[in-house]
Amino acid sequence: MANRTKRIATMFAAMMVGTSASLAGGPVDDKLVIDGELEINTRVPAPEGHPFDELISGWHYRTPETRDLEADSFQNPGMLYVERGEEIWNTVDGAAGKSCASCHEDAETFLKGLGASYPKWNEEAGKPFNIELQINQCREQNMQAEPYKFDADDQKALTTYIKHQSLGMPMHVDLSEGEMQDWWEKGKELYYTRTGQLNLACATCHENYNGNYIRADHLSQGNVNGFPTYRLKQSAMVSLHNRFRGCIRDTRAAFPPAFSDDLMALEVYVTWRGTGLDIETPAVRQ
Amino acid sequence: MAEPKPRVKVPKKAAAGEVITIKTLISHPMESGQRKDKQGNLIPRQIINKFTCEFNGQVVFSCDMDPAVSANPYMEFSAKVNEPGTFKFTWVDDDGSVYETEKKITVE
Repeated sequence: MANRTKRIATMFAAMMVGTSASLAGGPVDDKLVIDGELEINTRVPAPEGHPFDELISGWHYRTPETRDLEADSFQNPGMLYVERGEEIWNTVDGAAGKSCASCHEDAETFLKGLGASYPKWNEEAGKPFNIELQINQCREQNMQAEPYKFDADDQKALTTYIKHQSLGMPMHVDLSEGEMQDWWEKGKELYYTRTGQLNLACATCHENYNGNYIRADHLSQGNVNGFPTYRLKQSAMVSLHNRFRGCIRDTRAAFPPAFSDDLMALEVYVTWRGTGLDIETPAVRQ
Repeated sequence: MAEPKPRVKVPKKAAAGEVITIKTLISHPMESGQRKDKQGNLIPRQIINKFTCEFNGQVVFSCDMDPAVSANPYMEFSAKVNEPGTFKFTWVDDDGSVYETEKKITVE
């Protein structure tokens, strides 16, 4: 009798494992087509040396309602920031009396694909630059305007606008420029380093447990092709460094300042981890 | 975000008697009046409390909104179009501001 009970218990446990796997919040089989026209590559084969075989956009881990919001550019609240960003692009600011458009006249051609290639090596600064840092450098040197403070509304809107011009184009970082390879190594080290009271590394959640639940939420691969992202939780755009800091805070660690060397290295590495995924900015997430 | 900006999507033309889908969205923080700032003071409520859509002066859709509606409220509804005319959309803010926009439609 005891034996039989044990056998049933084992069977039951096996069933539970099976069930939890199918309910585990893994990626859904669906296609992201924006406005019924532009198909986005949200599942691509991983580049060489990547721990995964396939890269999957965070879009696949969200509810049908959230996925629909992103698929309709009218409903997508992030598009409001794209529009605002376009206004800023054309607005004169600073002592030099220039706007972004004064130098970069043909925005459409100039920006097409540009956002998909960041972060980029900046020789003058001797570090990788993301779009936010590039904007601030332009503002200081060419426009003689105040650089944006981290996560200022205008910074987020302009970054969103710039990145949106690469919608549907594959994300890639050029590691051959300058010391990008060293920064990539440093970023990789950080990615696998456990931090905080909860002793979690980026890899703990996004490499080992993606597709599973963390409390009531789904863990994705943590790809960054949709940033800046409209998060329903904040009802606002969330920048990549804000998200990094949020994740690190959740491990109960002290988090580094935005655009610090640590987070820039992490951005280089994490962007590489999503190589080939199409830009979705502004993506919509939970 | 700056000044609330309405966006609407209405087909440019329709067949007489056709039921069309209208989509509207306005950028607005929809501050619920329940939140507190860093000093612990209540942030005053400021929401869009009423939305109306009229076609040639006749109301086709209208609703009142309450503080639980999230930021950037999106409305989608249908309307039957029998004649050419103009859709007029109105959002009323708690501070008394009124945001309006119009879209023309032709009937073939």
